[in-house]
Amino acid sequence: MATLSFFYFGSVIVLCALLVVALRNPVHSVIALLVMFFHIAGLFVTLHAEFLAAVQLIVYAGAILVLYLFVVMILNLQQDDSYQRQVKLGVGLGLLALAEVTAIIGKAGLPEEPVSGRAAAGEAAAAAVAGNTETIGKALYTTYLFPFEVASLILLVAMIGAIIMAKKGLMGQESEQK
Amino acid sequence: MVPLSYYMILSAIVFATGVVGVLIRRNIIMLLLSIELMLNATNINFVAFSYYLDNVAGQVFVFFVLTVAAAEVAVGLAIIIALYRDKATVNVAELNLMKW
Repeated sequence: MATLSFFYFGSVIVLCALLVVALRNPVHSVIALLVMFFHIAGLFVTLHAEFLAAVQLIVYAGAILVLYLFVVMILNLQQDDSYQRQVKLGVGLGLLALAEVTAIIGKAGLPEEPVSGRAAAGEAAAAAVAGNTETIGKALYTTYLFPFEVASLILLVAMIGAIIMAKKGLMGQESEQK
Repeated sequence: MVPLSYYMILSAIVFATGVVGVLIRRNIIMLLLSIELMLNATNINFVAFSYYLDNVAGQVFVFFVLTVAAAEVAVGLAIIIALYRDKATVNVAELNLMKW
């Protein structure tokens, strides 16, 4: 069952990733990316990361993709959107890098099963010990408190930066405005 | 149970797709979408390792990756809008203002 769901989610993720890169219309690409995000969230659920699955849907599918869709539609990109000239070179380099990484993964001796007794003890028992959200929250507010605060600073900088960048007349075009 | 290496290969495929997307697309919005693909590939890796090594740190890192992705999208799209207003194009081949 776990294997079946992995292969379902994995194949849809790979297919949608290829579609995102290959489709010529940006709106279609964004839709393919949306489907991919849903399936990544499903993969997270099978890996017992329920909180991240929910966050994936809310933040990625709900916020980030809507932002992309807004910009694609505001700019109304129906113009020439072909590929670069070095398509073959790019695909070749990508396949080369993929082959290298696959070879390394094959030799790395990674664990076949989860290392601790989580899977052995039975999935229902493991879920009952502590909720996923609770565990992440504890780690976030104790061990990773400082990175968490830095993350808030990053978001603040991004917010101010986005406003300054996108607002007309703030960046040296004042004469146009008057 | 699926071996951990399967998740890593899946993540590597998605990441390579993102790299190829950055290399071959002309539309600058598609470049940002490809970067999203790569970030999601790392997220799959983090969550898989978090499950297989039974360590919650991986999931916390996905949380930070999400933060950075959100910030990147906000600033990146704002830059694209400013560029489009200025140059009326989103073709990366024509955006060579800083090319030496």
